[in-house]
Formats: sequence, structure tokens, C-alpha cells
Amino acid sequence: MIEGLSPALILILGALLVPFLQSGARKIYMLSLPVLGLIQLFSLEQVDHGVFQVIGYTITTLRVDALSIIFGTIFHIATFLVIVYALHVRDTMQHVAALIYAGAAIGAVFAGDMITLFLYWELTAIASVFLIWARRTESAYRAGMRYLLIQVGSGLILLAGMIFYARETGSVEFTKMSLDSLATWLIFIAFGIKCAFPLLHNWLHDAYPQATVTGTVALSAFTTKLAVYALARGFPGEEILIPIGAVMAAFPIFYAVIENDLRRVLTYNLNNQLGFMVVGIGIGTEMAINGTAAHAFSSVLYKALLFMSMGAVLLRAGTVKASELGGLYKFMPWTMVFCLVGAASISAFPLFIGFISKALILKAAAAEGYWVVWLVLIFASVGVFHNSGFKVPYFTFFGRDSGIRCKEAPWNMLLAMGLTAALCIGIGVYPQLLYDMLPYQVDYAPYTTGHVLTQLQLLAFATLAFTLLMRSGLYPSELRSVNLDSDWVYRRLFPGIIVRMDSIVRRIFHSAVDVRRRRVARLIDTVYRHHGPQGVLARTWPTGSTVLWVALLLGVTLFLYYL
Amino acid sequence: MSAHEQSRGPAVPPNGEKPRWLDYQGNVNRIVYGLYAVCVLLAGVDLIYHRHAILSFEAWPGFYAWYGFLVCAGFVLAAKAMRKVLMRDEDYYD
Repeated sequence: MIEGLSPALILILGALLVPFLQSGARKIYMLSLPVLGLIQLFSLEQVDHGVFQVIGYTITTLRVDALSIIFGTIFHIATFLVIVYALHVRDTMQHVAALIYAGAAIGAVFAGDMITLFLYWELTAIASVFLIWARRTESAYRAGMRYLLIQVGSGLILLAGMIFYARETGSVEFTKMSLDSLATWLIFIAFGIKCAFPLLHNWLHDAYPQATVTGTVALSAFTTKLAVYALARGFPGEEILIPIGAVMAAFPIFYAVIENDLRRVLTYNLNNQLGFMVVGIGIGTEMAINGTAAHAFSSVLYKALLFMSMGAVLLRAGTVKASELGGLYKFMPWTMVFCLVGAASISAFPLFIGFISKALILKAAAAEGYWVVWLVLIFASVGVFHNSGFKVPYFTFFGRDSGIRCKEAPWNMLLAMGLTAALCIGIGVYPQLLYDMLPYQVDYAPYTTGHVLTQLQLLAFATLAFTLLMRSGLYPSELRSVNLDSDWVYRRLFPGIIVRMDSIVRRIFHSAVDVRRRRVARLIDTVYRHHGPQGVLARTWPTGSTVLWVALLLGVTLFLYYL
Repeated sequence: MSAHEQSRGPAVPPNGEKPRWLDYQGNVNRIVYGLYAVCVLLAGVDLIYHRHAILSFEAWPGFYAWYGFLVCAGFVLAAKAMRKVLMRDEDYYD
């Protein structure tokens, strides 16, 4: 294809033509964009393209190497699947936003310098918020605003870090850094926000469940995996990432157990899967980085599949609240089957994609002697099995009969889910397909008797645990509720403080104004007595009082305005 | 669930729809007994088959079985307890 052309531009510029096309032509056109992008990607040589100088800095708009290729590939696949899933949508804004968003994520992955990275980084934020706003509800609008502020904020921190970094090193090349200066810490925090580090995570659970049926699928694929890529590129082997990742993997599990909105349950598990990848980056060995890349690749697929199935339920049943669902397997059997494939994949059942990718990270952690982290990750595996593997399908498709009678998902949604499920099983059965794409040589065989046996033991006994809890009535019932999380700080605490400060300031202001108003009134009375129509000084010139009034009013207005 | 367990017949869906296989409590019980059997089998294999382990405790007989069981029961009950502190009405933020 075209030498040196970024595949990102095919999607971003291609998106601009979408509004001018109608029905069938538009669908074929949109589907062709990621296919062309992928062909372009595979035709590129593994070198730096688009290199030029700006004010003494080297800009590399297209760096093609093993790490960027695997992320670029999965982003193209995800784009194609998202388009198939959204073919029935007539909302042009969503199609354009999704394509630009996907293109920006791809552009960022191939950025060889931080200026290019920053531009695409911000473009992902701006394009993706339209997928939340496209829900067109008041709460989606407000969640979108919060999301946008945090995402753009992450970009600004990246910009600040980049400027410091350029001044310190004289280069803006995006390469391995170490956490030894303010500059690199700022860059690290910017990546951490987008990667949903603990306490920086809540935009994810706040915004993603508010997006449209198809928008959440797109959102689940790109933003956070871009951040994983950025960390893997910039901070491999940075030890602090190991405890951060372990907390990320474990902490959201508890929230997912008691969360009622099933798309939010999935975002908690998305966060938890990112924890595995972050641990892999922190360990930093070849096997660990391979594990992170492989797990990012597979989690894009199974998370998309799970979000697709819950999106189909939201579309058909009108809700994804566990407390209101149940028994849908009779009406949405295909969606149920695809949801179970996603559930088995995220739970790392043998023969599904999660089994062959997560194992690399666990093996790397054990091999380096991080046994506490290893135990936490096994715990997190059981947790994600419970949440996404059991809770989501059980309360939607089985459990009690909710009384909801609905149609199966539209054909294009089923097709997208079917394709994604085929990839989840195909790569699970032939792991070499994925292993051949990894940045380093893979010396690992996932299908050993020991690995299959221990994984089945883990999953069977976890199933036993929640079966016994269910049958004994100890299992927490699904309740209509929200659970406080770190977003409470900016949704309740800060607004609360501001409202209180507002009332205090208002009171002080009003009393101050009252005092002045009385003084001014007295002054005016005095002046009026002398200058007014009856006043001594104004009897021959009554307009003087008006001028004075105006001057005083202006003065007071100016004073108040200044206050 | 307990109300269903008492009756062996199908929980008849509304609108007079035909009951499915899973609507019979007896069949649900069969799945659960199947699970018990699978667990016994998998734990049994651990006694015979010598697994290769990287970490020392990984090699303990039945490690994955009891660890999986305990952490699963543990975090479900812990999360249930967390509700007392964290749970709010659905319209809390509205």
C-alpha cells in the first residue's frame, strides 16, 4: 500500500466521509476502513516512518515495531468488530466518533515521540466522549463531562511532563524512562489515570456504563489498552507497577460482587484485568511483557464480547440491572451462548483465549519469586470468574424468571458476537496464532496436564463455593443501589465543600453589602437633601441629582463587580 | 430459591408457556450434584498426579482447590459486609 502512511489516518480521515454516505454504501465503506488500515499496517516495514524535525526536536509519527504492531493489530480487529456490532445504528455522530476514536488510539500506539503521542492521546479523549453523550440523557451528559475533564486532564499532565522531559533531556522521543524526575513522574501519572490506577480509576466505572449500547463496546477496547501500551513502552520493569497492579487486580473484585448494574460489573472486571497487565509491565521480563501484550490482546476480545452481550440485553430488555433481569436464556439463546464464551474466556477456562494469555503473567510472577503477588493474582482470577463468569450470565440469562419477554439481538450484533467468540475460542485452541505476534520469542506451552488440572480445580471449587452460598441463602441478593467509590470525593465531598463555602461566602458578602448599602443610602439621603429637587444646592439645577445617582450606581456596580 | 426447592414440579412460567428443562428443580439439583462429582474427581486426581510447581506451596495437595474455595467464599461474604458502609440508594447522586 502507500509507503509511510499511518493506518490511523485511514480511519480518522475516512471517518469524515461517513456523513455523506447513505445506508448500504455507508456500511460497506465503514467496514472497509479497518480492513484497509490493517492491510496498510502489515505492508509497513518495521522501521520509523514519517520522521521530521520541529524546533530542534525529532518527530516520529509512525514507529513500527513488534510492540506497536500487536496493539495496532488488535485495535484494527476491535474496530471492525465494533462497526459490525453497530451496523444497525442510524446515529451518524456515533459512527464518526467511534472511527476517529479508534484511529486516534491506533495513531497513539504508533507514535514514536511524545508530541505525536500527546495529540492522539487528547484526540481519543475528545472523540470518545461523544459515545457517552450519544446516549442523550442528563446523567450521561454529566458523566461525559466528568470523563472529559479527567481524560483531558491526563493529557495536560502528559504535556507538562513532556515539556519538563524535553528540557531535561533535549529529546521528545517516546522510549523507556525511569522514575527519577518530576518529568517522568508526571508522564507516569498521566498514563496511570488513563490506565485506571487505584484511586485514579473511577472515571471508568462512572462513564463507561453510561455510554450507548454500542459506545461502551468501543470504549472498552481502546483507552485503557492504549495506556497499557504506553506503560509497557515507557516504564517496563518499573517495580512500583507490581504493587499498583496487584491492588488494581484485587480491589475492584469486591465492588463487582455488590454492583447491580451489570455493565458496571464488567467495568470493574476490566479494571481488574488491567491490573494483571500492569503487574506484567512491572515485572518487566521478556515473558512478563509478552504476557502483558498477549493479555491486552485477548482482553480486548473477551471484554468486547461481554460488553456486546450486555449491550444486546440493554437494547432488547431495556435494562442491565441484575435485580430486574433473569431467565432470558429462553428469549436470547444466542446472546446467552456468546456471553458464556466471553465468561469462559475471561475466567481462563482451558480452550479459551484467557487461559493462554493470563498464564504468561502468572508464570512470570512465579518465576521471579513474587509469591505474594502471585497469590493476589490467583485470588483476582477467582474473583473475575465469579463476577464476569458467573454473576453476569447467571443473573441475566438464568436465575429467577424476571417476567421480561424480549426478542433475540439484531443479526449484526449476533454476527459481531459470533466473530468475537470465534476468535476467543480459535486463539484459545491455537495459541501459537497469538504467541507468534508477541514482542519476544515465546518459550511456553500452556496446555500441560498440570496447568489444565490446576485451573480446573480452581474454577470448580470456586463454583462450589458460590453454589453453596447460593443454596444456603448467604449469597448477597441483587439490590437496586449504588456503592460509594472514589468518585464520591469529586461527586459529593468537593461539591459539598463548595456548596458550604458558597453559602458562607454568600452570607459574608450579603452582610458586607448590607452594611455598605445602608451607608450608601445614608450618604445618598444626605446628598439628596442638599442636591435634590428640594435641596439647597440643586434648586437651580435638578439634573445634578440624576447625574450623581448614575455616578453612584456605576461606582457601586463597579465595586460589587470587582468584589 | 427455597420455595422452589420444596416443589419438585416445574416453576410454571407466566402466560402458560411450556416449561423448559431448567424450569424443573430436579434438573437444577442434578447440575449441582454433577458439580459435586466434578470437584471430588478433580481433588482426587491431585492425590495421584504429581504436579510440577514453581512456588513451594503450589505443590501442596489440593492447594488450588481449597484456595479457590476459600477466597471465593471469603470475598463474596466480605463484599456483602462492605455493603453496610458503601451502599446507598440508586438515586444518591441525582
